[in-house]
Amino acid sequence: MAEDIKKLMYVNRRAPYGTIYAWESLEVVLIGAAFDQDVSLAFMDDGVYQLMKGQNTEAAGMKNFSPTYSALGDYEVTKIYVEKESLEERGLTLDDLQHLVWEDEDDDWAERDSIHLVSRAELADVMAEHDMMFNF
Amino acid sequence: MSILHIVNKSPYEKNSVAMAAGYAKEGDTVLLIEDAVYAAVKAGSASAKLSGLDVSVLGSDLAARGVAEDKLADGVNVVDYAGFVDLVEAKDSVQSWL
Repeated sequence: MAEDIKKLMYVNRRAPYGTIYAWESLEVVLIGAAFDQDVSLAFMDDGVYQLMKGQNTEAAGMKNFSPTYSALGDYEVTKIYVEKESLEERGLTLDDLQHLVWEDEDDDWAERDSIHLVSRAELADVMAEHDMMFNF
Repeated sequence: MSILHIVNKSPYEKNSVAMAAGYAKEGDTVLLIEDAVYAAVKAGSASAKLSGLDVSVLGSDLAARGVAEDKLADGVNVVDYAGFVDLVEAKDSVQSWL
């Protein structure tokens, strides 16, 4: 099967609640994680807002799906790329985002950061290494 | 004639915030709801579009998106749903920049 494993990238460019794209992307990622695929997530443009910490949707009467991102590591989704230029334009830093980690079973379950802060040029290189992109 | 300009789209995806700001006159208020609340974040490049205007944001939409009120530009008012209704009532008309 190994030769059939494809490198897939989910490209997230929308804010979390104004449209259904962000939630749909998360659902597809989790479903796709059940299959043996090499998955990466990219967050750029308004997509970086999806990872903001401290989301509280109670008064707005919507479902807060943001806690689900912290489960991605358990689904072996461990490569999450956040574009630096998109954060900066919005006045955000990594401190404004959730701290997402995964546990490395090859290293006594050491906790490792899932989020990689990359420049647009670096993310373009990462994207080029993938077989297929899914856009949300 | 005073107008309440309501915007619900992200300033980084659409030009609705810029259009509302361009049309807002003395005595008008720009109310940011849904994804437009991101425009009120002081450190974001879009907040400059709103300088000098009377701006309100819907608090529940800020909270949903994890935007803390201390990150907002100076002078921005945070309102709840009752405050939203008060604004609609206080102005002569409403323009929604969809």
